[in-house]
Amino acid sequence: MAPYLIRRFGQAVLLLLVVSMIGFAILHLAPGGPMAQYAIGSNMSQEDLDRIAQQLGLDRPLPVQYAEWLWRMLGGDWGTSFRDGQPVLHVIGSHLGATLQLMLTATLLAIFLGCWIGILGAIRRYSVFDYLATIGAMVALSIPTFWFGLVTIFVFSVELGWLPAGNRETVGDGSLLDMLHHLIAPAMVLALVETAIWSRFMRSSMLDVVNQDYIRTARAKGLPRFKVLTRHALRNALLPMITVAGLQMPTLLGGALVTETVFTWPGMGRLFLDSISYRDYPVVMGILMFSAAMVLIGNLLADMLYAVADPRIRLG
Amino acid sequence: MSSSIFDSSPGDSNPGGDFAAREAAIALPPRNTALRRFCRHRLAMAGAIIIAILVLGSYLGPYLIPYDDTFIDIMQRFAPPFSGAHILGTDELGRDMLARLMMGGRISLAVGFTAMVISMGIGILVGAIAGYYGGIVGAALMRFVDAVLCFPSIFLLLALAALIEPGVASITLLIAATAWMDVARIVEGQIRGLRERDFAVAAEALGASDLRIVFRELVPNAVAPIVVAATLNVAKAILLESYVSYLGYGIQPPTPSWGNMLNNAQIYLTSAPWLAILPGLFITLAVTSFNFLGDGLRDALDPRMENH
Repeated sequence: MAPYLIRRFGQAVLLLLVVSMIGFAILHLAPGGPMAQYAIGSNMSQEDLDRIAQQLGLDRPLPVQYAEWLWRMLGGDWGTSFRDGQPVLHVIGSHLGATLQLMLTATLLAIFLGCWIGILGAIRRYSVFDYLATIGAMVALSIPTFWFGLVTIFVFSVELGWLPAGNRETVGDGSLLDMLHHLIAPAMVLALVETAIWSRFMRSSMLDVVNQDYIRTARAKGLPRFKVLTRHALRNALLPMITVAGLQMPTLLGGALVTETVFTWPGMGRLFLDSISYRDYPVVMGILMFSAAMVLIGNLLADMLYAVADPRIRLG
Repeated sequence: MSSSIFDSSPGDSNPGGDFAAREAAIALPPRNTALRRFCRHRLAMAGAIIIAILVLGSYLGPYLIPYDDTFIDIMQRFAPPFSGAHILGTDELGRDMLARLMMGGRISLAVGFTAMVISMGIGILVGAIAGYYGGIVGAALMRFVDAVLCFPSIFLLLALAALIEPGVASITLLIAATAWMDVARIVEGQIRGLRERDFAVAAEALGASDLRIVFRELVPNAVAPIVVAATLNVAKAILLESYVSYLGYGIQPPTPSWGNMLNNAQIYLTSAPWLAILPGLFITLAVTSFNFLGDGLRDALDPRMENH
């Protein structure tokens, strides 16, 4: 197992290196580059700017700058926000909780609903339910998340008045119940696409397993259908879902950005958008790198967990 | 490479996902049942018909209605749909919604289609080079694809859009720049498999140039997955345009697009919900249609790749 893990880890680190190069390129494509914070709305003369550029080492060759930038990032110095002068990592950290809460809730919701729909679709293959679920999944994958959010707000907040139209909590309240109340709508919206994806993969995985010989054996020796499904089939059908979970990170992060915008949810996605409108490049870059790292970690974790969970996977 | 439900086999290092996952997750149910065939082809046909109606409506419609999409009529603000002279109502400036939806459709569909063509061009080129030459060049190219796929498309698109002057052409290019990676993967897999086949080896033995082998022998044999990917890519591009325009970094007003019509519709959600509901319906309709069409094409063009 160790050589396999080391190799996979090495691959991930290499990929992260390429990702950082792309990130560095984007930062230097920014108008004014890393100097933008001093050039925007400041009363510095060109001489001052030149001097600062020299002090910051921006007059040196790009590869040297890249190496230093990378070194600083590894050391935890991701720069400071143009907006409030806070360290970028600190700014991201203060918004991460809200995003993780939203993503986790939506994922759990999607896993539960998606697996249920998928399993039912596989068991009652070709049934009306199966077809409706299939078509429903296709439509769900085609709906723009932000529009589904708007429709949700219209129906549940404007028309029915059941759910708050946005924010994470009522100002001055902040009880657990209040937080959950605010969480329902955005989690539902973010879960839509995920549910569709989970249901499709679950259905497919379940069908793969149901047609295996050992399932027929289990049925032939007289085990009840329900027991075969839950004890034999489901266990094995859930295994590949680990991989699916690991691959959902980009979809989840992108969906979270849009959902947070619609519901004014104070998470990382909204921070990203705010930072873009403030031209706060260090934070924009920081979030870009951070989300890419999360995607990579998701993939890596999925591979490892799968290897741990399925003894048939030979490592090495 | 099959891009059906179970695209990502266990242990496959695929940092992609995102919109690709949305596509990969789709494949209509069973085979060899009348219900299924009926269902699948009906849906693909319906998709094609709806796309045709949307395209015709967007391009010819504006000539048939008496309103201009930019004509501001303050006296007619917030007229609800089906209530007066304006069939689908008016917006916050009294502009005719139908006219704006048609003009917005032109932009959204054109951006979607053009971005698809460009992203297919990049994807096929990168995939063909990586698949044909393999080795260090191929590995480097595909690792670059992996790296770009690590960025969630919307994040990458917004970060790039903030750097440039937003316009129809630049947004189209940016969408293409964030949508070519899956195509490159598909083409790379296809070309890598095909280049060992007898006809490719024969062409090489006859002294055909690399260029000729790739584009006259190999790519035409991979046309089925490429056509399917292209159809699904239009859906993806329309969706991406709507996201980036909704968030304010895409197509800029007064030019309407389905995405930017939703940009400030949220403010009027209580008083004029049709401003938010109508454009979204058209986006969903268009994207669903292209997805169903792509799914139907996959079924029709590539009988080998069937799951259940």
